[in-house]
Amino acid sequence: MQTLDELIAHSPVFAGLPAAHLELIAGCGINERFEAGSYLFREGHAADRFYLIREGSIALEVDIPGHGRRVLETLGQGEVVGWSWLFAPYRWQFDGRAAHATHVIAFDGACLRGKCDSDHELGYELMRRFAASMVERLQATRLQLLDVYGGAHVA
Amino acid sequence: MSPEIVAGPMVPEQFTLAAKRRDTADTWTLELQAPSGERSRFAPGQFAMLSAFGSGEVPISISGDPGDGRLAHTVRAVGPATRAICAVEPGQMLQVRGPFGRPWPLEDLAGADVLVLAGGIGLPPLRPAILALLADRARYGRLTLLYGSRSPEQLLYPQELEQWSARGLEVELTVDSAGPEWVGHVGVVPRLVRRAELDPEGTVALLCGPEVMMRFAVAALAQRGIGAERVYASMERNMQCGIGLCGHCQLGPTLICRDGPVYRWSELERWLAIREL
Repeated sequence: MQTLDELIAHSPVFAGLPAAHLELIAGCGINERFEAGSYLFREGHAADRFYLIREGSIALEVDIPGHGRRVLETLGQGEVVGWSWLFAPYRWQFDGRAAHATHVIAFDGACLRGKCDSDHELGYELMRRFAASMVERLQATRLQLLDVYGGAHVA
Repeated sequence: MSPEIVAGPMVPEQFTLAAKRRDTADTWTLELQAPSGERSRFAPGQFAMLSAFGSGEVPISISGDPGDGRLAHTVRAVGPATRAICAVEPGQMLQVRGPFGRPWPLEDLAGADVLVLAGGIGLPPLRPAILALLADRARYGRLTLLYGSRSPEQLLYPQELEQWSARGLEVELTVDSAGPEWVGHVGVVPRLVRRAELDPEGTVALLCGPEVMMRFAVAALAQRGIGAERVYASMERNMQCGIGLCGHCQLGPTLICRDGPVYRWSELERWLAIREL
């Protein structure tokens, strides 16, 4: 059976980190399972965690009055869910629902922020990696906003 | 003047609309019967110029099965010409010129993993290629389709997608927006590229969709180690004559109706970077 630091070492966001950093990060994580349809977090609630998806998928949702719930994005195996733990006031901006039975590693945000504060090398490396993930997701969102399938395309 | 003298690639033939299926709110698949009753000969990736009587002529990719020889086109009604084509009823006539253009290089894909990326109405030009790949399934490695659409309701060929999956095509669907009942992906096709299980060394990608989506997809493929020389894309410009005479579909040194519509991405990327083209 793999330990948490071995597991996270294979994830894209933590791959290549030194063993000491992996151990520090893993020390803030626990395994959790969510049934399909259950919510990991809700908009406005305290964002004291983030998640690394081991299996399954998580839908980021928003409730639009008069239109019901809309899924904005789904995230899958190996991807990280949650940035709100990084920035005050530490509140979730969207709902997160398990679209399928989902197995995650849940990380305690306050625990990891504390370790980043006392080990700036770890903090810099984590911020760099989270920033890369944010940029990739921002670019994808920009493409999504273009509504490229809405216009004419001869085929 | 006898018909033999005037016949040629600029003279349309009268095809009978044999069957018509509504795929989405604004998209229909039209099955056409040649005047002679003969099977149509076309290669996956080719297109034809279609028109309904009295309306303009438009280039439409062939979406039919090359194995059964029935000419089919999937047409989205977005302008006067395509709306007129989609308004034609079975038994009525459509004018057809073609098929034209360079097809998907299926002969060169033997032994390779094939990653098919489609966006929106970009799936129909890839359908004949998918059917040809599945008809000769043992000849290829892993076959994967990553297909994106605006919403679940606008996904084309939903029943066929299931059949293709059962025949050995791994299918991943994504939409730009959905309600909570949708259990597939939400997000853009390039995000699926980043997540896909693939062997970059042995993979060739076939790509068709809105040009901006293709550019982002090619960038995602490059990040996964699949370079532009192993990406083929079906391009679209203002094709009019279909045979490389009028020049309306020129892109740099190439005429898309004659030299395309399927290109290796490395042939095109230099010209696509010039906005004025």
